[in-house]
Amino acid sequence: MKADPKGVLTGSHFLDGDHSCSEGAIAAGCRFVAGYPITPSTEVVERIASRFPYVGGMFIQMEDEIASSIAIQGAVWGGKKAMTVTSGPGFSLMMEHIGLAAMTETPCVFVDVQRAGPSTGLPTQPAQGDMMQARWGSHGDYGIIALSPNSPQECFDLTIKAFNLSEQYRVPVMFMMDECVGHMTERVVIPPADQIEIVPRKFYEGPKADYLPYKTNGDLVPMMVKAGDGYNIHVTGLTHDERGYPSMTVPTQEKLIPRLVNKIKHNAPKIVEYVEDQVDGAEVVVVTFGITSRTSIPAIEQARKEGMKVGHLRLVVVWPFPEERIRELASRVRAFVVPELNLGQMVLEVERCVAGKARVELVGHPGGTVHNPKDIYNVIKKSAKG
Amino acid sequence: MAEELFEIEESVPVNTVESFLRMERMPHIWCPGCGIGTTVNCFAHALETSGLDLQKVSVVSGIGCTGRVAGYINLDSFHTTHGRAIPFATGLKLANPELKVIVYSGDGDLTAIGGNHFIHAARRNVDMTVILINNFTYGMTGGQVAPTTPLSATASTTPYGNYEQSFNLPYLAESCGAVYVARWTAFHVRHLTKAIKEALAKKGFSFVEVLAPCPTLYSRRNKIGDGLDQMIYYKDNSEIRNGADTKTIPLEFQGKIVVGKFVDKERPTYLDAMNEFYQQKLGEDYIPYKG
Amino acid sequence: MARVEIKIGGFGGQGVILSGYIVGRAASIYDNKHSTMIQAFGPEARGSACSAQVIVSAEPIAYPYIVSPEIMIVMSQEAYTKFTPELASGGVLITEEELVQPHNLRKDVKHFSIPATRFAEELGKKLVVNIVMMGFLTAVTNVVGKKAMGQAVLASVPKGTEELNVKAFEKGYEYGVEVMAGGVPA
Ligand SMILES: Cc1ncc(C[n+]2csc(CCOP(=O)(O)OP(=O)(O)O)c2C)c(N)n1
Ligand code: SF4
Ligand SMILES: [Mg+2]
Repeated sequence: MKADPKGVLTGSHFLDGDHSCSEGAIAAGCRFVAGYPITPSTEVVERIASRFPYVGGMFIQMEDEIASSIAIQGAVWGGKKAMTVTSGPGFSLMMEHIGLAAMTETPCVFVDVQRAGPSTGLPTQPAQGDMMQARWGSHGDYGIIALSPNSPQECFDLTIKAFNLSEQYRVPVMFMMDECVGHMTERVVIPPADQIEIVPRKFYEGPKADYLPYKTNGDLVPMMVKAGDGYNIHVTGLTHDERGYPSMTVPTQEKLIPRLVNKIKHNAPKIVEYVEDQVDGAEVVVVTFGITSRTSIPAIEQARKEGMKVGHLRLVVVWPFPEERIRELASRVRAFVVPELNLGQMVLEVERCVAGKARVELVGHPGGTVHNPKDIYNVIKKSAKG
Repeated sequence: MAEELFEIEESVPVNTVESFLRMERMPHIWCPGCGIGTTVNCFAHALETSGLDLQKVSVVSGIGCTGRVAGYINLDSFHTTHGRAIPFATGLKLANPELKVIVYSGDGDLTAIGGNHFIHAARRNVDMTVILINNFTYGMTGGQVAPTTPLSATASTTPYGNYEQSFNLPYLAESCGAVYVARWTAFHVRHLTKAIKEALAKKGFSFVEVLAPCPTLYSRRNKIGDGLDQMIYYKDNSEIRNGADTKTIPLEFQGKIVVGKFVDKERPTYLDAMNEFYQQKLGEDYIPYKG
Repeated sequence: MARVEIKIGGFGGQGVILSGYIVGRAASIYDNKHSTMIQAFGPEARGSACSAQVIVSAEPIAYPYIVSPEIMIVMSQEAYTKFTPELASGGVLITEEELVQPHNLRKDVKHFSIPATRFAEELGKKLVVNIVMMGFLTAVTNVVGKKAMGQAVLASVPKGTEELNVKAFEKGYEYGVEVMAGGVPA
């Protein structure tokens, strides 16, 4: 399906990442946004608030992030595509509802424009400290998808992708921006609507009597209906059977929860996305995501100039993590260097996959600003020497 | 007295209620003598005679004994998280304004953890009906103190008695902007049914507080008998005072209960206010929001 | 064209951020270049001082912050004191003539000044001071072409103020051309 041209501002714009994310959401067909103001994410909802009256959307500033993160789920069951937008402290408040969305398989998008924490931290300065929280923040076992854009252009493109993935797999998708990308202004090219691919919601169309809300057909993802369609659906955060009814038994738990995990795990080869640059034949591979993918480039170029064989693997989809690719590379490269604006989160995933077959070096930074490329360069150089 | 109770119950034909329930999920989890089931009967009757297109009715609950109501009602029904039924309902209603959205949940759920959402939905006048079952305690978790527990009553976390001031819920709802406010008890099944029906017919944030016995965890702990004794207490101590000033009707431990319809007024709903405001401000460029 | 880093500093109300936005927009939308703009956000943006950072380059820009600006526009004394030490050796310093006293002016930079506020007032609106500056910048540096800058100005100013802004831009540009020709002591 193609995007609805009504919402698409086709053309070249000079936009910051936050505003571009809003445009991506509109192009993706999002017509319900609930949020609560928090720096550095507020510009996303501000633009939504000014644009929605002209595209038939509903924006509501809720009383807090807890309310925002569940209002969007009500809206999804009412038939909308919906997202909420926040930053660290608000993201923490949303955790229970990430679990609810995962459990009830409610497709929706959570935007987190990361700032330095913990707690109130540095409200106006960047970090990438919520990466593990995005994956594991709600209690219990479940799967999610997370994307990490590195430019305003990607804030547009990947917001659309986030909505598409959420529909395809019926999962909450975390859109992990950071203050630097959110407040950076660059050229954003918005293509014509007929060049924007939209994944529509998979609505059940068979006979009413046969409908089982949580029954799947091979691909681990059940078909949806919405409130008011006459199916008398029941949706609950309790462990439920295929009818959607609470069934608090071990067999039901054993059937449902692995499916919620496996629909992402087993589809990971289709979901993962990364960009490689000179990884084949590299001795050192720098693994980056979001803004660190850009601050690493001067370091990588300098090292290459000096003759080091340095590859760059940038995660576009951060969760699920490209386990297979890292495992494959681990047996061939000397070291992985992982710069991140936190004191060691995604590096744990790299270590897990490398499993001792190569060195893994973190270039950590507690956030507040971005890395000085020199610091990344120094670790590359040290790692190249072995 | 008990006879009178049963007479009222008898006027309620049982099989019509069944069509509103997910009978395949029976028996329900509620204890013998629990008042929640009685209120569900009233709700079913109110729905039945409401003239609403039932396909367009959704019930949203939070978590608690009362929170289980959504799971038994054979309509589109959503069992959300503790305290958050109202914001979920807000999203659902605004996504599809054609739906009639009812929030059915407990006193703890709606006024403790969910208190913030309650006051804001009333303030915004989001078009929904909130049915709050006030059993003066947290039933589901074992009878802890709630914002509705009367002074001096005991609860598992106030073993020597409660010293916190409790909410006067009709007053709270009215001051936040609810357009319909009533209080009844599980004893007053006909009045309650009528009140729910009125609330359903009302456009805007309508609120019905229902006192209902929790024999297992509230009555017994407070040595005030079982479910039937609570019904008798409701009967003997209730005073119907329609139009009473909500300021004057707080509840006290085993004290007088003022019941009735207290507020019934008109005010633009959230959606109507938004559409009208934008139409004025933005003129023809505005695409009126219809969901 | 290699990477050029520009810093613009002043106080609130002078349109500092909009200036940065216009330069970036001119380069990336109308001049086929790449540009990244970052506004000083945070405590710095809350007081009276504010600044914008713009990078213009023929190549895609990786590192988004400026490291050592080659071009600096300062429109307040505070910004002069605070920012000029960052200016790269051999860089271009543009100051607002009446608002900035270039004390201890660095010998290793090229200095230009313009009474932009006065020009703006003469045009009838002090608000367009930043647009006068944009015209001047265009004339004394070749960071973005005149046509592109003109287009970016038009696209970025409020509807109904286009004519005034075009005049402001032209005024700054003409003055810049005169200065470059040696007609006006810089
Ligand atoms: C976030 C969260 N905190 C606590 C709980 C535990 N909990 C479940 S129900 C409940 C209280 C329910 O009381 P009320 O709303 O009055 O409903 P009742 O059981 O009395 O009908 C609590 C505290 C929970 N489920 N979620
Ligand atoms: S614990 Fe109380 S409220 Fe819960 S079902 Fe039993 S009687 Fe009803
Ligand atoms: Mg209760």
